[in-house]
Amino acid sequence: MSEFFQTFLNPGVMAESSGLLLRGLWVTLQACLIVVPGGLFFGAGLALAQTLAPAWGARSLSWGVDLIRAFPPLVLLVLIVHGLPFLGIEPPPLLGVGIALTINTSTYYGEILRAGILSIEPTQWEAARSTGLGTMATLRHVILPQGVRNVLPDLAGNTLEAVKLTSLASVVALPDLLRMARVAQGVHFNPSPLILAALLYLALLWPLVRLIRRLGGRAVLPA
Amino acid sequence: MRIFFDPEVLAAAWPGIRSGIGVTLGLALTSIAAGVALGLLLATVRALIRGAPLRPVGGLIAAYADVFRAMPPLVLLVVLYFAAPFAGIELSGFMAAFVALGLVLGASAEEIFWAGITSVNRGQWEAALSTGLSRGEAFRRVVLPQAVRLTIPPLTNRAIATGKNTALASVVAVPEVLNQAASIQAQTASPAPLLLAAGVYVALFLPLVRIGRWLETRFHIR
Repeated sequence: MSEFFQTFLNPGVMAESSGLLLRGLWVTLQACLIVVPGGLFFGAGLALAQTLAPAWGARSLSWGVDLIRAFPPLVLLVLIVHGLPFLGIEPPPLLGVGIALTINTSTYYGEILRAGILSIEPTQWEAARSTGLGTMATLRHVILPQGVRNVLPDLAGNTLEAVKLTSLASVVALPDLLRMARVAQGVHFNPSPLILAALLYLALLWPLVRLIRRLGGRAVLPA
Repeated sequence: MRIFFDPEVLAAAWPGIRSGIGVTLGLALTSIAAGVALGLLLATVRALIRGAPLRPVGGLIAAYADVFRAMPPLVLLVVLYFAAPFAGIELSGFMAAFVALGLVLGASAEEIFWAGITSVNRGQWEAALSTGLSRGEAFRRVVLPQAVRLTIPPLTNRAIATGKNTALASVVAVPEVLNQAASIQAQTASPAPLLLAAGVYVALFLPLVRIGRWLETRFHIR
């Protein structure tokens, strides 16, 4: 048993690699700070566009959303980070990762917010419009506050997915938590940093999972 | 623009990517089958256990679902492939990806089946038991068939997500579509193989994503 600890939870190795891992954790958090607000922002735009567009516009938007969803997130990421330079555009790695993952996750936020808007009865629209509110004012003051509340568990669920997605950044050499753990493993020839990184991800995300359960959320998110 | 669709590079890349499609499909189908089976098994156990000595088992199953929902699939895959050998467990890239994707899907499938089972009215259990069916029979013949109908749209969506996550296996050198495209790209210094791979993924998954959307409106479980 002590051999197991020496191999997988080696205190010396973990102490020595903690600096690297903390730097990686900071990069992971930065990626989250781009992807989650960015995804919410563009998702909200997508949901509003689908709500306000005429039927044919909403239909083409839904095809566009499904086209983006057909890409595995990692493929989208590799395509953008390794493809854009061929167009002469070379964004800094964090930004490239941010763009790719924001494109992916905003389609999910968008669908969730749209479901929230659709969950509000048409009579709410009619009542608000009859008091003299315009379309945008009705959305802002009547529909969205109720609709967002209805889909809060799903929004939290997709935020969990978005944070998990940032681990893909390690594949395109962004020095995030997972990448740094691999580097530290290579230096010490010991898997303890990797186990520590996995535990850090759990420490970061377990509370979010519990919160989603408390909100009555489901594992059931669209693909 | 020509560099993106260079016909020579595309022609050279196609055989590798075509063999990658087989690996992608093989990995997707096996992990989906294993994940759904694992989820169903765990949800069944959780539904059937009774009595004090076994109660913690239900808690353990719920904890498994929580942990594997919190763990990014790529982190799990990297741990299985790069850390497990230190414990004497040497998995091939394909096996590591199969185990990681199966465990992750198993956790969501357990949760989906469990939600379906608990949504079946208690009266159904009571009625079935009162006709003389055993607990196991009541579960299998009365409760589960009703629960499964509710689980089809979310389960389809998680299965599609698992199929897309096979791209993660490229990280552990499984020669699936993305891995093939990336290695050909490295040889040719051209983005064309990646675009071809992207086209393959769209051809594979766009119909499935549309079906998932259709199932969701059809069963109306928003």
